[in-house]
Amino acid sequence: MNALFVIEKLVKRFGDRELFNIPTLELERDTSYVLTGDNGAGKTTLLKALAGLESAQFGAIHYQGRDISGDVQGELRRDVVYVHQHPYLFDTTIAANIAYGLKLRGMAANEIKQRVEAAIEWAKLADFRETPPQRLSGGEKQRVALARAWVLQAPVMLFDEPTANLDHASRDRVIELIEHAVDDNNCVVVACHDHEIINLPHVRRLHLDRGTIQFQ
Amino acid sequence: MTDATIWDATRAAFGLLLSGDMELWRTIFISLRVSIIALLIATPFAIWTGYVLATGRFRWRRPLIVLLQSMLSFPTVVVGLILYLLFTRRGPLGDFHLLFTQDAMIIGQALIAFPVLAAFTLAAVQSADPRIRETALSLGANRWQAALTLLREVRFGVTASVLNGFGRVISEVGCAMMVGGNIAGVTRNIPTAIALETSKGEFAQGIALGLVLLVLALGVNILLSSLQGRGGVK
Repeated sequence: MNALFVIEKLVKRFGDRELFNIPTLELERDTSYVLTGDNGAGKTTLLKALAGLESAQFGAIHYQGRDISGDVQGELRRDVVYVHQHPYLFDTTIAANIAYGLKLRGMAANEIKQRVEAAIEWAKLADFRETPPQRLSGGEKQRVALARAWVLQAPVMLFDEPTANLDHASRDRVIELIEHAVDDNNCVVVACHDHEIINLPHVRRLHLDRGTIQFQ
Repeated sequence: MTDATIWDATRAAFGLLLSGDMELWRTIFISLRVSIIALLIATPFAIWTGYVLATGRFRWRRPLIVLLQSMLSFPTVVVGLILYLLFTRRGPLGDFHLLFTQDAMIIGQALIAFPVLAAFTLAAVQSADPRIRETALSLGANRWQAALTLLREVRFGVTASVLNGFGRVISEVGCAMMVGGNIAGVTRNIPTAIALETSKGEFAQGIALGLVLLVLALGVNILLSSLQGRGGVK
């Protein structure tokens, strides 16, 4: 069995309104997905629920073969990285932003330095190394956030509309990084409307519509 | 008091400050010592309270926020009165012999600073970008680490709360007078000394101490203003 996530009966309600009610959702190891759906369909909420950032009702959730229904939020935090549509960069240097998750994992300083350098090279951020994060453009911030997620080599990466509101050049660079992340054999889920990402090869398509998910 | 008297008293006040008058400088030292220790005690609890009230979802959160905000305008003399009743020899805490000591003043000022610090921290954390906590959690932080990250991101607001707390306690007279007793060289601080000197007609001493308070207030406000400027860059 190659399933990374097996979710049964995932329900999210806001008051009386049911945003989605997904009977089963299976995400496979080393497989990437594009999640489409209209604005307001619940793509962001679904990704946040998968990252343990948004409370939702799970009938049962198995992750890497283990039943984690008892502590969905705690179990997923180290393995699932979520990147916002408009990422927040901490008020420090770009290198410290990228190193943040590595430090939390108790990695040695030398190892952190090497990995951060590799991530800066991966996302082609060397030119902005000294720029305060708040002065970066939207596309540059997105690239730092992708590098900050990529550097953790987490089994699951969730990207929320990574190319929304970016100019052409920034969008091309971000798409290039997403292609690299997909090629790295992680489980990447990208929520988007961007046809270039939707049509990437080797990516499975999920569509969230009227509260339920369909494979396309 | 005529203009000439004010002018003479002010000139004499500068003379006292510059001459290194021991009693005057001892009063200034006691003021700073008591207020700084009170802040050091109150700050961790207040920041924690502000954070929990801003981010927690529990039943008594709203009433507690209202209570905290009401405590902002709680008269310091009433805090002093309550502590006096607790610390007086026949009071429930009389055995600790705290009345008319600097320790009693520190406890009083810590209680006075607490709501200011907690309310300002609450406001700083509430206005923080919700993505900060989500980003920290998503990158692997536990709840404590995420809380520390968030507080670091709103550090200018938190520092401003500490400076506001300092401004409140350094100038308060009611509680210090009630539980300190205004004993020269022991519990006499700047505000209680001003009250005493003025009542004795010793305006020079009162004005000298007033000038020190003004300089402190100015320094705190310059710091606050520069912090607000930095915070606004984000």
